[in-house]
Amino acid sequence: MIEELPTRLYAWFLQLLQKIGLPSIIVDIVGAFLIAISTCAVFLALFALTSVLERKILARVQNRLGPNRVGPFGLLQPVADGIKMLIKEDIIPHNADKILHFLAPVLALIPSLLVLAILPYGSNLVPVNLNSGLLYYFAISAIAEIAIFLAGWAGNNKYSVLGAMRAIAQILSYELPLATSALCVALAAGSLSLPQIVQSQNNYLLGLFPNWFLFTPWGLAAGLVFFIAALAETNRSPFDLPEGESELVAGHLTEYSGFKYATFFIAEYVGMFAICALFVTLFLGGWLPPLPFLAFIPSWIWFFAKVCFIAFVMIWIRATLPRMRIDHLLSFAWKFLLPLAFSAFFALLLWHYLGRNILSSLLSFAFIVAAYFALGYPFTQRYSPRKRTYLFSE
Amino acid sequence: MQIPGSGILKGLAVTARNMIGSYFEPERLITQQYPEEKPKLPERARVFPFLIYDGSDPETGIRCTSCKICEKECPPQCIYIVQDRDQNGKPIKRPKIFNIDISVCMSCGICVEVCPFDSIRMDTEFELSSFDRFSSLILDKSRLLKPNSYYHQIHPTEAAQTDERIEAERRKKQAASAAKNTPSKPTTPSQPSTPPQTPNSIQTERPPASTPAATS
Repeated sequence: MIEELPTRLYAWFLQLLQKIGLPSIIVDIVGAFLIAISTCAVFLALFALTSVLERKILARVQNRLGPNRVGPFGLLQPVADGIKMLIKEDIIPHNADKILHFLAPVLALIPSLLVLAILPYGSNLVPVNLNSGLLYYFAISAIAEIAIFLAGWAGNNKYSVLGAMRAIAQILSYELPLATSALCVALAAGSLSLPQIVQSQNNYLLGLFPNWFLFTPWGLAAGLVFFIAALAETNRSPFDLPEGESELVAGHLTEYSGFKYATFFIAEYVGMFAICALFVTLFLGGWLPPLPFLAFIPSWIWFFAKVCFIAFVMIWIRATLPRMRIDHLLSFAWKFLLPLAFSAFFALLLWHYLGRNILSSLLSFAFIVAAYFALGYPFTQRYSPRKRTYLFSE
Repeated sequence: MQIPGSGILKGLAVTARNMIGSYFEPERLITQQYPEEKPKLPERARVFPFLIYDGSDPETGIRCTSCKICEKECPPQCIYIVQDRDQNGKPIKRPKIFNIDISVCMSCGICVEVCPFDSIRMDTEFELSSFDRFSSLILDKSRLLKPNSYYHQIHPTEAAQTDERIEAERRKKQAASAAKNTPSKPTTPSQPSTPPQTPNSIQTERPPASTPAATS
């Protein structure tokens, strides 16, 4: 009953419209809008909730109380923030490119909402069932990079341009490991369609242990790479140096104020939830329950519980790690993540072509562990600069 | 060999311990919810001075004798005192006006140190902000005068010591007056401070201009 609640509500509403006597084409259009609006609304509500819960969690990590003034437990804080953002002055710098300055926040928000269309939220809750959903996701989310550079460029400010350039360097570098690790999943599932990827994880080892891709030897590495790259893609800490306030005032957001600034934030958080949802879909079995007898809980509750857990881990990491330096960031992407993604790829080939049994799992696990230690070894060494030799002094 | 990424896991464990601990160990949360929960000030906290009176009536119980030592010693000159007079125009040992401009006061506590009558002490009241820059920041006698019990409440140890000293002096004086026939006795410790007080209070009928606090 609760499992089918969203679909039944939807069908009931369409029937209501038909009973009124509307032509079927209008009913179809209204139905499409209904799906789009409700999907966006859920994620915007999640954004509002997270904006306060993140502050709460960060505060608790630092042994503070966090926001608790507005409403019960401070839960109405997003309302206060929204009102504040709306009534603030919207400043456009004198020398800014006014059209691009307006366009950038819009362009940032739209792709992060568009990618929500293809995610499977439940066993029969997919807004658009594309057979190349994974490809669509990466194609659309790449638009957000243009928006960030547009924002940096339009402000006509050195800090925002520098921040935007950093953001582009970072996002382009991390797009590669992200796509490579997602490719592993697509190969293992034999499909680019996200509902099908979820279905291919739908069996339980010994009837108990979930057969999710994160629990395969190659999937462990690919999942790790995907998660770290997802942090960088969404400008989350410790990769939030496009807006590193210690050196660039606020990066590409420097020249934004009022609701345009808030729009960037909404885009960032919705993008974060979208990539969490993609991670859950690819590696954590999407809407599948972790144990087979827990299937009585509706699938969409499982999905959102997993998404919220991954978002919590992201906040937890934000509370733990300091911001990286740009050269460390890039060398980490190119020297560690990308080779590890490729070795996950090879481990997947080992695993698949040796028959997906225990022996092949062990072999590919050994391969992954060896690759992890070999690639990680240089990063465990303490940095000791060579003795500097001077040409002209002495 | 060090496992790559083990430092990150260690850090995550630390933050998780702090986060979960903050829900179960209340001593971790040191935040004071200020307007609802008043801060527990240390006993020797001092903000601005106040005047002590004994008994229940501030007018008769006021300890200040208008000796004006504090007015003279005050480094930023924020105290302004006018001595009271009776119907015949004879000065009496009581201030008619006692103003402290707390926008000038720097909370040094020198007035407390120099007061020979234990009548001025430092208060712990700090919620003194107001919408009016001038008159509400000049504390007059009615706002400065507070009972001795209040002093005991905010600085218990110090107040007990002061009371003990006053009591000891009173007993000494009693003993001195009881043994009147021996003239060498009445050189009590309070005596040296009184001689300068009398000439001062009579002669210095200074105009208010000498105290910048009162003119502002």
